[in-house]
Amino acid sequence: MAVQKSYEEINEKIRRGEAVVVTAEEVIDIVAEKGIEKAAREIDVVTTGTFGPMCSSGAFINFGHANPRIKMKKVWLNGVEAYGGIAAVDAYIGAAQLPDNDPENKVYPGRFTYGGGHVIHDLVAGKEVRLEAVAYGTDCYPNKKVESVITLSDVNEAFLFNPRNAYQNYNCAVNLSDRTIYTYMGILKPRVGNASYSTSGQLSPLFNDPHYRTTGIGTRIFLGGGVGYVAWNGTQHHPNVPRGENGVPLGGAGTLSLIGDLKQMDPNWLVGLSYIGYGATMAVGIGIPIPILDEEMLKYTAVKDEDIFCPIVDYSEQYPYGKPMDLGKANFKELKSGRITINGKEVVTTPQSSYPRARQIAHTLKEWIRDGKFEITRPVAPLPGADADIVFKSIPQNKG
Amino acid sequence: MKNKIVCHFSAAQSEQPIVYHLVKNHDLVVNILKANINPQKEGYLVIELEGSKKSYEGGLAFLKEVGVIVEPLSETILWDDEICIQCGACASFCPTDALSIDRESMLVSFENSKCIVCGMCLDCCPTRAIALHFEVREAV
Repeated sequence: MAVQKSYEEINEKIRRGEAVVVTAEEVIDIVAEKGIEKAAREIDVVTTGTFGPMCSSGAFINFGHANPRIKMKKVWLNGVEAYGGIAAVDAYIGAAQLPDNDPENKVYPGRFTYGGGHVIHDLVAGKEVRLEAVAYGTDCYPNKKVESVITLSDVNEAFLFNPRNAYQNYNCAVNLSDRTIYTYMGILKPRVGNASYSTSGQLSPLFNDPHYRTTGIGTRIFLGGGVGYVAWNGTQHHPNVPRGENGVPLGGAGTLSLIGDLKQMDPNWLVGLSYIGYGATMAVGIGIPIPILDEEMLKYTAVKDEDIFCPIVDYSEQYPYGKPMDLGKANFKELKSGRITINGKEVVTTPQSSYPRARQIAHTLKEWIRDGKFEITRPVAPLPGADADIVFKSIPQNKG
Repeated sequence: MKNKIVCHFSAAQSEQPIVYHLVKNHDLVVNILKANINPQKEGYLVIELEGSKKSYEGGLAFLKEVGVIVEPLSETILWDDEICIQCGACASFCPTDALSIDRESMLVSFENSKCIVCGMCLDCCPTRAIALHFEVREAV
């Protein structure tokens, strides 16, 4: 390849304030105008963005000790339980956790107005949060009960640690049944009344680095309005799936596990969500910079909505019961137009992920890099790629 | 004619089949837009009445006769663009395009004049950025 740039060379340009940074949307027109090689020579970094519901998110918090000391057995923040089965005053608050007294789906469909994602949002917004903890008491930790009101600045450490974010592609959900269903893809109207999709298409991080060439363990990213890092591959990372000629998976594939300091994040980019009939979760803002090391990377980042396909999946039977079905695929250009065609019928599309916010993230990250505030990173280790031998497992049936 | 009204009623009235009488005796098409009854069985009903002028007036007279307090509907959908994250889920449920997506910017906007206050958007908004606002009396 004619163009070869190293991470160090690109960072040197960032430090001098000379790096050329564009978003994953802007790069499309630049490539159309200048061609791959010229564009690859000129552009140093392409920024991506996504902002949507990501249930597999949460935060570790160390509250500091009470006097007398306590080994927290159970911990609640605003009535939402945080996992306390780790050291004395450490806990993990998960985005999808509900308050103990939530009516859930007892009156169907439930409202799920508050959950772990809302707690995290409130903390990041600087709001006061009620802390309750109980313990059985030990000689070294005699305290059995703590009640207090805390803010994010009162705790020692708080870091987001999301086991699965930034799913590389996702289903487009429809409902073939005769009743309205309430899912994590939102409300699905009966008889294919709407088609719900997530991901930010051409702006989405892993669509722009489909083979995880520059995104790996240790990659520095935009996370929740602050700076975060890729910690590991995400749970359910399944890179060895069918892909298009452009390398983009034709269904759910790679995922990322992300980490970052909650204290420097922004409530605009971590927002608690309530899905009627389903539960509570959190919208997480993520932006990943992609260094243009050569023409190949540039070509990946120039991927367009019309070249990204996702499977159309029925959420009344196919998804919940694993019933085999083929409803075809939809591309993101059609999905974003507001209507797609399924079995000859025109169907309205329902987005779950915010495209304008994804665009805003890509622009923010671009500014950070252009201003020399954010440098790119060479991965410490790669993520398992398309040639990995990963088997997507399920819980064994009929044992025990 | 067709009009939306708010009916406030007490515990005694809430046990009467008021809607049934409006349909049967006054030949009105009744569309219940919202109902709220508290544990003391007091509450309000937001309904749309459709029928001839004579039926409509007859229906209103009946409501007043049984002691229901009738007020014109002053309800609005409030869209809080500070809370909204611009996902756009609401737009696909809005029957009148009052909530719509500009396909170029993908930004959501709300046009109050097009809104018929059907309430579909209330359920599908994951950030609860949309609220239904009623001018409702606390007690009757």
